[in-house]
Amino acid sequence: MKLAMIFRTALVALLLALVIKPIWFTWAFAPLAPEKGPIIYERASLLSLSLSHLGLVSLASVAATLVAVTLAILVTRPAGAAFLPLSRTITNMGQTFPPVAVLALAVPALGFGTGPTLVALFLYGLLPIFENAITGFSTLPPATMEAARGLGLSRWQRLIRVEIPLALPVILTGIRLSVVIALGTATIGSTVAARTLGEVIIAGLLTHNTAYVLQGGLIVGLFAVLIYDALVQLEAMLVNKYSA
Amino acid sequence: MIEIDKISKTYDGVTAVDEVSMVVDTATITVIVGTSGSGKTTLLRMINRLVEPSSGEVRINGEATHTVAKTSLRRRIGYAIQGHGLFPHYTVARNIGTVPTLLDWSQEKIDTRVDELLDLFSMQPDKFRDRYPAELSGGQQQRVGVARALASRPDLLLMDEPFGALDPIIRAHAQKDLRHIQRTLGSTIMLVTHDMEEAIQLGDRVAVMDAGRLVQYGTPAEIIQQPATEFVAKMAGGVERPLRLLSLYPVSDIIEEGTAEGEPLDANTCLRDALSICLWSGRDVLPVVNEGVPAGRVTLAAIRARAEGPT
Ligand SMILES: Nc1ncnc2c1ncn2[C@@H]1O[C@H](COP(=O)(O)OP(=O)(O)OP(=O)(O)O)[C@@H](O)[C@H]1O
Ligand SMILES: [Mg+2]
Repeated sequence: MKLAMIFRTALVALLLALVIKPIWFTWAFAPLAPEKGPIIYERASLLSLSLSHLGLVSLASVAATLVAVTLAILVTRPAGAAFLPLSRTITNMGQTFPPVAVLALAVPALGFGTGPTLVALFLYGLLPIFENAITGFSTLPPATMEAARGLGLSRWQRLIRVEIPLALPVILTGIRLSVVIALGTATIGSTVAARTLGEVIIAGLLTHNTAYVLQGGLIVGLFAVLIYDALVQLEAMLVNKYSA
Repeated sequence: MIEIDKISKTYDGVTAVDEVSMVVDTATITVIVGTSGSGKTTLLRMINRLVEPSSGEVRINGEATHTVAKTSLRRRIGYAIQGHGLFPHYTVARNIGTVPTLLDWSQEKIDTRVDELLDLFSMQPDKFRDRYPAELSGGQQQRVGVARALASRPDLLLMDEPFGALDPIIRAHAQKDLRHIQRTLGSTIMLVTHDMEEAIQLGDRVAVMDAGRLVQYGTPAEIIQQPATEFVAKMAGGVERPLRLLSLYPVSDIIEEGTAEGEPLDANTCLRDALSICLWSGRDVLPVVNEGVPAGRVTLAAIRARAEGPT
């Protein structure tokens, strides 16, 4: 546990240094850069690219969470049960569409930039959250639900006070998967001129500069690992509280 | 007073409860007993409208339940469910305080009530208040479930096999507690069990169900001595009937003047236990004390006379 904490802190420090002071790592990336070529990406600050990348991911994930959880709540009510297969099909379709295709289709409609990337990330984020939320809402302990009805909680009170809190750990697992996928997928957004860390990777690929590719990849990877870890901790905290 | 009036429930052509009518007096315990699948739970759940009857109606103090909003009806009726059904994400205190919270009691009043109930069920408030259900034993969970049902001092308490998961010793203890609580608070309780022993011990009246029908509704003594059907007789214990009958009466009922040798017996002991003691110690007469003061004696012959069935 203590070791994990030290490791975690070290990773955070490394990530912050890479983003804020990439110059410090010139020595490490130099062997990978083309001869006499630039070593550290300087066309835009890595910090602002990171912030914009994270911003896109959070915005898309929040939207996907709201929509997916709302949908899951609706289709797990008796009145909405008929829509369960349909809504599953729709979210599944969102997943089978390759992200590049979503971008290509969205560009004519939304123009270049952030718009199509957000749409792609949003569609991609839906499925894992939706699936997990469905599982969460349909595997609640029956005796507890029966008691909630029998004690006189209204539908709304049952949802807010019992169903959502009990389904939360499973929903969070879905959100975690979705966020990690989005962090990776967002890099593709740079192909349609969204400001993300993908810009660094693509610049590296175009100029045969492995140092750029590695910088972009490393930062995205570290964000993914750390955010994943943070969400795991959050879930554990919630679950431990009442299932000792 | 609860009047159940020709109530039925049919599921896709299968009748779970078939035209049951009964009247339950205020401040009594009525036990509904029957084999598995006989419709006990369904009958109980129609009273707080967790199940809507296919026909018939229930009136509580003259008011038909279908004229009241479901949530407010349920908040007035305590409900302890088969398998406790505690909220795993709430502490013991919040679980018990569920209905008072719904009824907008002040937090202070709720806290007082929670501690009072924990005390009543011999669970130290300081120790248990802030625990989660997962941190309790099965018996403690069940007691919290019953405490939660009692929290808002409902006039009517519905209990579905509340003591099912308890071992015999804790179970006997819990039954005694429930009796005591019911006598103190004057609540009306309807309790479901498939255990005739429990029905006879706890019930002022016993309702025997068989295949959705109410086959007999009477006092425990009536059920044992005058079973309405073969089925009731079998439920009532067959060859064990005389012993069950004896368990209904205290020694004080047949006490007589005089003295006897040996370890004395308390006047509140039931006749079954008195018989047991006679047999075990090889005595025909036992001295009786009431609150420690000698009160007379009880004879084996008198006990036997009480155990005889109708001839
Ligand atoms: N929701 C339902 N849908 C269909 N049939 C049901 C439903 N609930 C109960 N039944 C049927 O009604 C009958 C009575 O069930 P109920 O649960 O009232 O029995 P019970 O006496 O409480 O049994 P147990 O002692 O096993 O709890 C059973 O045959 C059961 O299969
Ligand atoms: Mg039952």
